[in-house]
Amino acid sequence: MSNWKKVVGLTMAAAVMASMIAPVSVFADEAFKIGGIGPLTGGAAAYGIAVQNGAQIAVDEINANGGINGYQIEFQMEDDEHDAEKSVNAYNTLKDWGMQILDGTVTSAPCIAVKAETMNDNMFYITPSGSAVDCIDGADNGFRLCFSDPAQGAKSAEYIGENGLATKIAIIYDSSDPYSSGIKDSFVSVAGDYSLEVVSEEAFTADSKTDFSVQLQKAKDAEAELVFLPIYYTEASLILQQASDMDFAPTFFGCDGLDGILGVENFDTSLAEGVMLLTPFAADADDDLTKSFVAAYQDAYGEIPIQFAADSYDVIYAMKAAIEQANVTPDMDPSDICEALKGAMTEITVEGLTGTITWDENGEPDKEPKAVVIEGGAYKAM
Amino acid sequence: MMYDILQGCIMSFIIYLTNGISLGSVYAIIALGYTMVYGIAKMLNFAHGDVIMIGAYIALMAMTKGGVPGIPAVLLAMAGCTVLGILIEKIAYKPLRKAGSPLAVLITAIGVSYLLQNIALLVFGPDPKTFVSVISVPNLQMAGGKLTISGNTIITIVISIIIMLSLNWFVQKTKPGHAMLAVSEDKDAAQLMGVNVNGTISMTFAIGSALAAVAGVLLCTAYPSLTPYTGSMPGIKAFVAAVFGGIGSIPGAMIGGILLGIIQILATAYISSQVADAIVFGVLIVILLVRPAGLFGKNIQEKV
Repeated sequence: MSNWKKVVGLTMAAAVMASMIAPVSVFADEAFKIGGIGPLTGGAAAYGIAVQNGAQIAVDEINANGGINGYQIEFQMEDDEHDAEKSVNAYNTLKDWGMQILDGTVTSAPCIAVKAETMNDNMFYITPSGSAVDCIDGADNGFRLCFSDPAQGAKSAEYIGENGLATKIAIIYDSSDPYSSGIKDSFVSVAGDYSLEVVSEEAFTADSKTDFSVQLQKAKDAEAELVFLPIYYTEASLILQQASDMDFAPTFFGCDGLDGILGVENFDTSLAEGVMLLTPFAADADDDLTKSFVAAYQDAYGEIPIQFAADSYDVIYAMKAAIEQANVTPDMDPSDICEALKGAMTEITVEGLTGTITWDENGEPDKEPKAVVIEGGAYKAM
Repeated sequence: MMYDILQGCIMSFIIYLTNGISLGSVYAIIALGYTMVYGIAKMLNFAHGDVIMIGAYIALMAMTKGGVPGIPAVLLAMAGCTVLGILIEKIAYKPLRKAGSPLAVLITAIGVSYLLQNIALLVFGPDPKTFVSVISVPNLQMAGGKLTISGNTIITIVISIIIMLSLNWFVQKTKPGHAMLAVSEDKDAAQLMGVNVNGTISMTFAIGSALAAVAGVLLCTAYPSLTPYTGSMPGIKAFVAAVFGGIGSIPGAMIGGILLGIIQILATAYISSQVADAIVFGVLIVILLVRPAGLFGKNIQEKV
């Protein structure tokens, strides 16, 4: 069967080649080649590994159920160590492999660097978790599955205000990181609409990200009830430690950057007890889709999936829906696939792990926000 | 009411000050390594910050993987760093000391720094590891709970004071210490007087590296996130502290380190958390404009 298909495929390829005068790089292939880029090592590795695993589960499910329109999917992930330059290298490696569609990149700064490359190549991509506005801004070939930074900041303020979690808010953010500053700015700009009072707003930078005693002391002196942490989990783990050292115990509320804090080696997870984070995915939700995904994930990787895994799972299903909508086949070249898919994306609705998602023509998703709280060393839906 | 506000301000100030002294004490111990090596070998050992990181990794691995208790793990890290320090000196610096310009040794030191970082990256991986506390001391509560000083801060300050006093005693009162002073004063004259110059330089590297291991453990106890790049920024800040206090001067490194820590914390607290580093380095520039040799530096004039 497979041999027969190969013969037909090769004959067709030969025919296509023969019909063209100039040498072309079009191959008749039997599978869609989806590439993934993200940090598999380094400080943000928890995100990249989750994206890789989540995508793999979706790919295996789709392949087992007959593929997309009868075509199988091949998925390959490359490491970028959360570094823009390495991310572009990873992109080129994947192009050499024959990538047609990109699931990535995972973190914002590398995503912005890779965006420029994808625009040159007209390569279709959906970033599962690159939340900086610039990740897809101005690229009509780019879509996003997670909320953008402004959306996360505004949704956090909405969540804190409407659930009455606190009224006096302190913010500690990384002023050298666009992700962190982006969320902070939008949080501050809408805080007033939900009767939240920002009592202290303190920054740190990439060069001074170990000592947070002053920032915490200021939050404590301002009698903040809630400390908003729009930052990544490595620094957040230090902040929780130092807050505990100074007997300061407000509610800590973060965004997707805090996801992964429970996986830091040797980290005392009791410090994270009660920490809340805005996330589109709660592993203990009791709908059938979440249950079967969590079971498959635990089976394959031995741990509870974080939201990045769910984001990536939904990305693969969004790609499937768009491919079916546009009737794309694997023998098309990446640029033609991109042209077809970008129109289809605004027409589809995906019932995913992270909610019911639709996309606008700017590539931004629309769905309801959710939050989780850390209890007993695990994420619980709120 | 006024009294309450005033009291609150004073409390915060005391807390900032102790945190500053604690951070500064770590800088001071690292700065001692820079300043001793400079004083005696007249070279800047830019790999010093990375020796700190290696020391912290040895201690952490001994405690988590080897099951060694806290204090012996620190001693093990000191021994490991001492060997590392002597090896670096013998292999990378000694052959260059006589040949060529001081620039060659400086560039080699930067090379060794990157070498150590990359070896650590290869061996321990780039993922941050949370450092395990070596000793735990309960927080100090004062003024009816209004003033909390963390146990880590107290340990850091106490250990730093002990190290500074013993190093001062060693240099002032012992024979090897006098040899160090003599070599720093005039290498050739010291050799003529029968001082083993190469041995003294090796010993300086050994002491500096053992101190680096202690600094690594203190740094990671206070800020328990360890990566292969953990030592580089504190290393640079400590170098600044050493220049600030007057490079080559042991009391200068101590005072420079502590002042730098206090300036950094107070600038973050009272001026702006966004430009704290700019203020720290700005102060350095001003000090050097006023006193080019640093606070405690000797202004030696070349005689022709």
